[in-house]
Amino acid sequence: MDALWDNRQLVLEGFGQTLALLVVAGFIALALGTVLGSFRVSPVLALRAIGTAYVTCFRNTPLVVLFLLVYFGLPELDVRPSQFWRATIALALYTTAFICEAVRSGINAVPTGQAEAARSVGMGFGQVLRLVVLPQAFRAVVPPIASVLIALAKNTSLVAGFGIADATFRMRGLINDNPGDVYVIFLGIALGYILIVAVISVVARVLERSPARSAS
Amino acid sequence: MSQVLFDDAGPRGRRRQRAASLVTGLLLLAGLVLVLFKLEAEGQLVAEVWEPFVTPVFVQALLEGMLVTIRTAAVAIVLSIAVGAALAVGRLSIHAWLRWPSTVVVEFFRAVPLLMLILAIYLIYGDELGKFWSLVIGLVLYNGSVLAEVFRAGVLAVPFGQTEAAYAVGMRKGQAMRLVLLPQAVRIMLPAIISQSVVALKDTSLGYVISYEDVVFTGRQISIEFNNYFATALVLAAMFIVVNYSLSRLAVWLERRMGRATGASAARAPEGELMGGGTAG
Repeated sequence: MDALWDNRQLVLEGFGQTLALLVVAGFIALALGTVLGSFRVSPVLALRAIGTAYVTCFRNTPLVVLFLLVYFGLPELDVRPSQFWRATIALALYTTAFICEAVRSGINAVPTGQAEAARSVGMGFGQVLRLVVLPQAFRAVVPPIASVLIALAKNTSLVAGFGIADATFRMRGLINDNPGDVYVIFLGIALGYILIVAVISVVARVLERSPARSAS
Repeated sequence: MSQVLFDDAGPRGRRRQRAASLVTGLLLLAGLVLVLFKLEAEGQLVAEVWEPFVTPVFVQALLEGMLVTIRTAAVAIVLSIAVGAALAVGRLSIHAWLRWPSTVVVEFFRAVPLLMLILAIYLIYGDELGKFWSLVIGLVLYNGSVLAEVFRAGVLAVPFGQTEAAYAVGMRKGQAMRLVLLPQAVRIMLPAIISQSVVALKDTSLGYVISYEDVVFTGRQISIEFNNYFATALVLAAMFIVVNYSLSRLAVWLERRMGRATGASAARAPEGELMGGGTAG
């Protein structure tokens, strides 16, 4: 127990790093994923093709390989964001593909009659999407997006293999330094991740129950 | 594509859509050209960078690495299905002493990052287990827990009349589960199992953190030797995309085939599943 308590500063800093990655990469992925999701349902063939190609490529590539590409590959091209940003870019690119699919399936979950009614009063594609379908898709989209964000929270642990001091990185250090307390350290760090996952699920449940709101 | 959001366009609308497609295509092309110029400027388009990927020795090393990855994933998936079935039966049990531990195990391993799990197993038991089993056990604990939820949903999706009929012909609870419910649940859940296999295959690359000698490890060594990190990562990504995409096509094919075999209408798979990649986990 002491190993964890004595090093609480390190552990908390680690989770701070984990949360920073989660929040920044999460926001980027939500924004890009929503845009890409509307590409996937657009009447323009080329946009649909872009959306499909992106999702196929990035969902089937392991995140580790994406990390190698961004983390070691970008500096080779003389693009040199900081370590944190390179990790964030890799996480965001990967997560975007899953957000895109969640948004698309949410849009498809809205009854056909709604969009037909909107069209019959003369709305165009953008208006149908913005004023009628997306606000209703919002609720259907909350649970899948929550699971994507939960996966993102867990995926941030990959940065430990790339020299960023997140919670998992701290766990490795503490286990190496305190061979007597390995189980306490493992369970303590695990509990931190479980807490993050639980908070995301609770927020999702509240949002899902609340009356549909504007999805702007 | 969703036909829900727009009517079939008339002649003018089609012209407009074609024009938009053209503009988008041109923009995309311009972007690609810019990227190529950038690659050229940074010396990425010279023979030395790509040479290892047409040299038989390295090609063979990469393919053997991929085989190691696939074999490791296969062992993990088979064991995960067994563990998942056991945990699902535990969670569905009417005995609290079976239900509660199964629930705790499933919820715990689903919420903990897999990389952290693999790392902890290796750090704590690595000396006895070695890299292979550290990785496989981590994968099995995680994927088994995810599959347990898949199986549980599958068993609950079997109509209750099936259970009643099994009891009516005198089966015990265990028999009803083993002989009637699980076979049907597996059938319903096969596409989900294969999509989880894609996830497991991707997750096998997490062996990176304990330097497991899979295809990513081979790639890393090539990129260190030739100093071509960008090119190697692209080749690795392409290899995984090919394998995973084929696997998810297999899932779709299997689903259609089984749909025919059971006489059910072969439902068209939702478009999302055609592209593979499984869940974000």
